[in-house]
Amino acid sequence: MRYLPLTEADRHQMLASIGVSSVDELFRDVPQAARRSGPVEGLPNFAGELEVERQLSAMAAKNVAVGSVPSFVGCGAYKHHVPATVDYMVQRGEFLTAYTPYQPEISQGTLQVLFEFQTQVALLTGMDVANASMYDGATSCAEAVMMANRLTRRKKAILSGGLHPHYRDTTTTDARFIGFEAVAMPAAPRGGEDLVSLIDADTSCVVVQNPDVFGHVRDYTDLAQMCQTKGALLIVVVTEAVSLGLLTPPGEMGADIVAAEGQSLGNALNFGGPYVGLFAVKEKYVRQMPGRLCGQTVDADGRRGFVLTLSTREQHIRREKATSNICTNAGLCALAFSIHLSLLGEEGFTKLARINHVKAVQLADRLSGVKGVEVVNETFFNEFTVTLPRAAAGVVEELAKRRILAGVPASRLFPNGKNGGQLEDHLILAATETTTESDMDALVKALSEVL
Amino acid sequence: MTATVKYTKDHEWIRVEGDVAVVGISDYAQSQLGDVVFVELPEIGRTVEQGKEAAVVESVKAASEVFSPASGEVIEVNPELEADPAKVNSGAETDGWFFKIRLSNPGELDSLMDSAAYKEFVEGLH
Repeated sequence: MRYLPLTEADRHQMLASIGVSSVDELFRDVPQAARRSGPVEGLPNFAGELEVERQLSAMAAKNVAVGSVPSFVGCGAYKHHVPATVDYMVQRGEFLTAYTPYQPEISQGTLQVLFEFQTQVALLTGMDVANASMYDGATSCAEAVMMANRLTRRKKAILSGGLHPHYRDTTTTDARFIGFEAVAMPAAPRGGEDLVSLIDADTSCVVVQNPDVFGHVRDYTDLAQMCQTKGALLIVVVTEAVSLGLLTPPGEMGADIVAAEGQSLGNALNFGGPYVGLFAVKEKYVRQMPGRLCGQTVDADGRRGFVLTLSTREQHIRREKATSNICTNAGLCALAFSIHLSLLGEEGFTKLARINHVKAVQLADRLSGVKGVEVVNETFFNEFTVTLPRAAAGVVEELAKRRILAGVPASRLFPNGKNGGQLEDHLILAATETTTESDMDALVKALSEVL
Repeated sequence: MTATVKYTKDHEWIRVEGDVAVVGISDYAQSQLGDVVFVELPEIGRTVEQGKEAAVVESVKAASEVFSPASGEVIEVNPELEADPAKVNSGAETDGWFFKIRLSNPGELDSLMDSAAYKEFVEGLH
């Protein structure tokens, strides 16, 4: 494909036809204070490749890479071992586009991968049907709430205090600008929330997480029934997809919509993104589901083929009445997810989940032996919360200086005075199959010294 | 009882039987849409207004709003369209009806076209 740049005359013509005099005028909504008038101070306009590489390498070396030190960081982004095969496979030329194609049926291979991805997600979550993926778990969550609003013709969502705050914030941001209500409950580090009594005639859905952000494993079967009785939908969020290898899937508990993060499979931490949102629903809701959906069919000769289906829900056809403004999917990340899961197989995936849990149990046992450390959780999968005798943020900083990433202080996710507070001494730690005995030794030793 | 059928410029029809009226899309509309795959019907008890969205009809080509030809309360929806939306193609102005309303302002019907006027209107579109 040739790529022809615009001429000055082309630009003038385009500006004239929309009635503005300059390109700058298109940015007049950006506040003056937020605009930059010249080059960034200290950053040269150009430099040789070798020089750039040197400088950027030096800057990158200031980071403590998770893989280079003992790390117990989780909270929605998990370090797992991604086999080299995954990276090799996703880089094959046939797969090299991040998008679902615009003339989709010509790319049968891409559609087949998406169909298999959807099948895997539906099986993992225990739901009838899944879409071809969303941007990430947090946007899946917000989209799930908006879908529940459409289905119930109600406008209020109740967000559990066990929901990851990033998911909560994404949802409440949409609520603010799209115009629905999102009632966020205070942080619930020990559970015990009464969500049912909050459901009223205007409530479209209740959003809970499993395991929740503090690591507790929950059974939402009763809550699903209560929601149904009151005409609200139950949305279950999962931030650690590997947990689905061991725990009862949300679909079996009666979830109406599952919104999950798929990063754990096939995808590196990537500084927080790009990730891959999983989205699965009961079949009766499929027409209100956002995103792309791939279907299996037969051609005129009866041979199996794949198509993008139910596209009439989508923005390029339905315009402002579309189910979502998301008209794409996280194709490459979804591909990596599917390849990793296919390589593991059902048995391998279950085994991986079991190893994660075993490592977390070992970690909890080791930590409960450290003076002043109390494990909060009675149940957990590969992540749990402890309390420390002093502020967790300070302890994490001290351990980082010793090149140990000790986890996520709860105060970082729940700042004081905002949805909870009083969590300064809470620390959330994760263990995965990558966690070694010596990682745990190092953490326990360092913690015993600083506490 | 003689029933009066009237049409809108948006290609809905309405058949008045006393103070109740049956609503659907015209045979011309179904032929333009192609194979209908889904119909979203209003809730029973909902109040609809003349000219405002009341239902959605989805074909393999497009999803389109169906506007109510008159104001009133929805008292019945066609239960067969959920399982067999193709009825809209085979009998747009008979078996493929969408919903029934109790008219709140029968005077509104005067603004609609009768069958002859609608036929002329459709011919004018070509």
